[in-house]
Amino acid sequence: MENFKTELDADGILLCTFDVPGKTMNTFTKAALGDLETIANRAKTEAEIKGVVLTSGKTTGFCAGADLEEMLGGAWEVGGDLQGEAKLKANFDAAFEMNRVYRLLETCGKPVAVAINGVALGGGLEVSLACHYRVMGNGPKTQVGLPEIKIGLFPGGGGSQRLPRLIGVQNALLAMSEGKSFKPKEALSQGIVHEVVDEGKEVEAAKTWIKTKGDPVAPWDKKDFKIPGGGPYHPAGAQIFIMGNAMLRKQSYGNYPAVLNLMHSVYEGLQVPFDTAIKIESRFFCNTLATPQAKAMIRTFFFSMQALGKGSGRPAGVAKTEFAQVAVLGAGMMGAGIAYVTAMAGIKVVLVDRDQASADKGKAHCEDLLKKAVSRGKMTQDKAQGVLDLITATPDYAAIEGSDLVVEAVFENTELKDQVTRQAEAPLYKGAKAGSAIFGTNTSTIPISLLAKASSKPENYIGIHFFSPVDKMLLVEIILGEKTSDETLAKAIDYVLKIKKTPIVVNDSRFFFANRCFIPFTAEGMIMWSEGVAPALIDNAGRMTGMPRGPLEMMDDVALDLLTKITSETAKAMGDAYQPIPGEKEVAQMVADGRLGRKNGKGFYDYPADRNTPKTLWQGTKDMFPVTQAEANPAEVEELKKRLLYVQAVTAARCFEEGVITDPREADVGSILGWGFAPWSGGIVSLIDAIGIPKFVEELDRMEKAYGERFKAPQLLREMAAKGETFYSRFGKADKAKAA
Amino acid sequence: MPTPDNSAYIYDHVRTPRGKGKKDGSLHQFTALDLSAQVLSNLRDRSNLDTTLVDDVSWGCVTPVGEQGGDIARAAVLAANYDQYTAGAQVNRFCASGLEAVNIAAAKVVSGEATMAIGGGVECMSRVPMGSDGGAWAIDVRGAFPQYFVPQGVSADMIASKWGFSRTDCDAYAVESHKRAAQSWAEGRFKNAVIKVKDQMGVTALDHDESIRPGTDMQTLGGLNPSFAMMGEMAFDAVINQRYPEVERVNHVHTPGNSSSIVDGAAAVLVGSKEAGVITGMKAKARIVGTASIGSEPSIMLTGPSYVTEKLLKKLGMKVSDIDLYELNEAFAAVVLRYMQALDIPHDKINVCGGAIAMGHPLGATGAMILGTLVDELERSGKSTGLAVLCVGGGMATAAVVERV
Repeated sequence: MENFKTELDADGILLCTFDVPGKTMNTFTKAALGDLETIANRAKTEAEIKGVVLTSGKTTGFCAGADLEEMLGGAWEVGGDLQGEAKLKANFDAAFEMNRVYRLLETCGKPVAVAINGVALGGGLEVSLACHYRVMGNGPKTQVGLPEIKIGLFPGGGGSQRLPRLIGVQNALLAMSEGKSFKPKEALSQGIVHEVVDEGKEVEAAKTWIKTKGDPVAPWDKKDFKIPGGGPYHPAGAQIFIMGNAMLRKQSYGNYPAVLNLMHSVYEGLQVPFDTAIKIESRFFCNTLATPQAKAMIRTFFFSMQALGKGSGRPAGVAKTEFAQVAVLGAGMMGAGIAYVTAMAGIKVVLVDRDQASADKGKAHCEDLLKKAVSRGKMTQDKAQGVLDLITATPDYAAIEGSDLVVEAVFENTELKDQVTRQAEAPLYKGAKAGSAIFGTNTSTIPISLLAKASSKPENYIGIHFFSPVDKMLLVEIILGEKTSDETLAKAIDYVLKIKKTPIVVNDSRFFFANRCFIPFTAEGMIMWSEGVAPALIDNAGRMTGMPRGPLEMMDDVALDLLTKITSETAKAMGDAYQPIPGEKEVAQMVADGRLGRKNGKGFYDYPADRNTPKTLWQGTKDMFPVTQAEANPAEVEELKKRLLYVQAVTAARCFEEGVITDPREADVGSILGWGFAPWSGGIVSLIDAIGIPKFVEELDRMEKAYGERFKAPQLLREMAAKGETFYSRFGKADKAKAA
Repeated sequence: MPTPDNSAYIYDHVRTPRGKGKKDGSLHQFTALDLSAQVLSNLRDRSNLDTTLVDDVSWGCVTPVGEQGGDIARAAVLAANYDQYTAGAQVNRFCASGLEAVNIAAAKVVSGEATMAIGGGVECMSRVPMGSDGGAWAIDVRGAFPQYFVPQGVSADMIASKWGFSRTDCDAYAVESHKRAAQSWAEGRFKNAVIKVKDQMGVTALDHDESIRPGTDMQTLGGLNPSFAMMGEMAFDAVINQRYPEVERVNHVHTPGNSSSIVDGAAAVLVGSKEAGVITGMKAKARIVGTASIGSEPSIMLTGPSYVTEKLLKKLGMKVSDIDLYELNEAFAAVVLRYMQALDIPHDKINVCGGAIAMGHPLGATGAMILGTLVDELERSGKSTGLAVLCVGGGMATAAVVERV
């Protein structure tokens, strides 16, 4: 056996140590499952084996679950070339393997205990649930959980059957539908594990149980077994299901097939004997895996996040940059946020503003964030003080000397930015770091190449675009100017990774990638409003797409005055090419009337002072545009949702056509981390790939006729449709970081 | 639709008074079988009915488990000492079961299957709690999720929110229901229909509807808390809002005061062919002109009455204004308010004797009760044509049009 080392002790206990060769973390490949089957068969047939203990030989944890690379590679769906029912049956057999083997272990007739000596997630916890006794080590990082839902799946290795039978339907549904992980004490109090012991004592405790109690029959295989809290047609259990169904719709808006299939599996599985139950589970699992959402979510949330987190867009051959000091220009909300996340990464920060008071205000903002972290128990006071001490607030540009990087975050004004760039580059490009330092601008609207004109070293000049609030938003857009060098790009990526954000690399374009795709979402909401669609319908439809908020409430959150300012500046900059958005005059009027959005409690909504009272739509919107569509049938709602999503997606496609963005993984991850684009889709281009390019083009043609040129399909899409391509087949990239 | 010659006619109808559906309610001590048997016995005895003429009994019951389970219709027929020849089937169309049972009885007569048949029903809500029979629609995600299942009260609140009925509108409707019910009792409008329920020794235990509050007013009703706000806020408002996104927020207007009250009761309607009248010498009270059921959008659930009314009237070649009196079960105030709004029916033509908000809604029996009330009220007021209709769980409605003969 390659993946398990076995050792039979004098008491007849077979210790099986899970240790997949060549991997840092154990996962269940088909080969590892095969080895587990061998173990189960040995336990069943060899008389000298009195019991089995599973544990891990890795320091990284026990097991992270099924091997996702194999799963995406098709190992769980072997019926690809077959047709109809034959294909479905083959897929079932492949997916049922894990259930079959785990069940074999559970029914081998000998007591099986697991010594969970590290993280056990997904299939790692599921195999543990198939053991008769679970000992968990009390390690600081040791957790158990079934997080499959986060990547568009649900527990398909018996988890959706064993967990509710073990801890009751309500707690199991909560754990599985949120993908929650449990630390040792929580796992014990929830009843997921039987015993928590000090780290290193797990195997000993597991063996003790086998020697002293050693019951080889799972609770659900005993005659008098009852589901804790009751099954679907138990009076109390019924209420859990009724409420559970509603909660799942409330949270998922019906966008996640995995959530629905989890509920199907639990409901139907709990009404039949265990061996039938796991077959039902596997069928729903197959149905889930067959959805484009599951594949896209696995790709984006697992593989692409991982790749981007390792710097997949980083040019090879540039030595890794260490950052000792970073200067931040402008101590407003953005600048202060950047200073905070930089200092949090242990980097010295020089926070510069036009006078000491302004600079101090920025540092005070950092102090507030740190205080919050301390009060929430996320940081010690000492650590917080240490972080704060790294930040020097000053009006003195000379202090910039010796920095590895300047991040400019002053107001969005070209003259001002030009001036501070010149002022900052003088000290930056002298002294020890003169040869290696780079200059980043946090502009969100002004072309990088235009700003680079003020730089003495445009090859060192780059856009580093943060999102607000900086301390929470995980995405950073790195924007290349015409002259930006590969080396500068590599350094900027190193910085972003160092501060634990996820970088995407984009080329210069108005609003770059994220804002360029996101703005049409709110604009479409305004257009609907101007058409007479009821505001409640607009925002509810918006939320139902899976966006975090509807377009109108989103505008309130951003602030209407800010949006009006951006609109007028964009109009000024674009001149004749600017096409006004219907409703922008009305929004400007709202601003003139003192309706600035959530920040002053008045926008599209009225916000009560009491935060627990829900906001209500401001009735005045109806005077500006009388409501002509007061209600909508489901098909009409679907059309509104489609408009709100497709107007973003077609913009993303244009970005690919123009070369603004080049890696579909970056587009997908960027869309989700940057502006919360419908996570169920796996991201903005995964959405298009799932629809299918020809179908998407057909829809765009229809929508262009119905709603206007903003839905016009770019030539790129027509070409891709003709060639039968997808974004991932045409633009998919080998992982540079992996290659390097 | 049947012509007068092959029509089903209503020959008689009786009901129990409605007892408060709680442990201290006057009918709580009576089994569902006992109440059913008392109703059937009364119906037989007051016209010396030869029960060998009664081919079948369709008996509505919405929670057919425990004592109400196992085809209570047949058990009731035998417990009432009908001839063993009379068959019985339990019927479940949720809240319209009692009317559906009459419609089935009528259909059997019209088709020639039965000479006489009884439709009616029973519900001992204090003894067999609503919902205790389970049911896949709400519990199985296969039903609940795609159909945006919410409890009926949340649906009723959505009706109020979508069509703009305020708490005040609903409470005002409820006050009027109590007023009309009290007045109807005072004038003896129910005396022909309501039997005395006798206890185990034969002593009268209840002879009037127990839940009417004649003196109730806006102030009293205004003090009650919304019944469905908490469960709505937990999840169900969000669910139905996804089906009706044009509504900003569900306004929880329904309270125990403006919703039908939970009660115990039973009722029966004797239906027969024209020929049955000749054989028995009984005089028909009304002709069943037509019947219909319909399915409507299940999440909002309770908007079916106007649709089934339109369907049935169209079939009969009639207009809304051709109906002299309407009886729509007062499940929730907003259901009736929406019905009046949708069909433009004046309040003085509908539920003129009060309804379930005042007198209660014994689920399996109510349909037969309101049909009986309609027939008696047509006769009392000298009017000709009436329509009885009920909203039904799962998004349905059932109706019947009757005319006095």
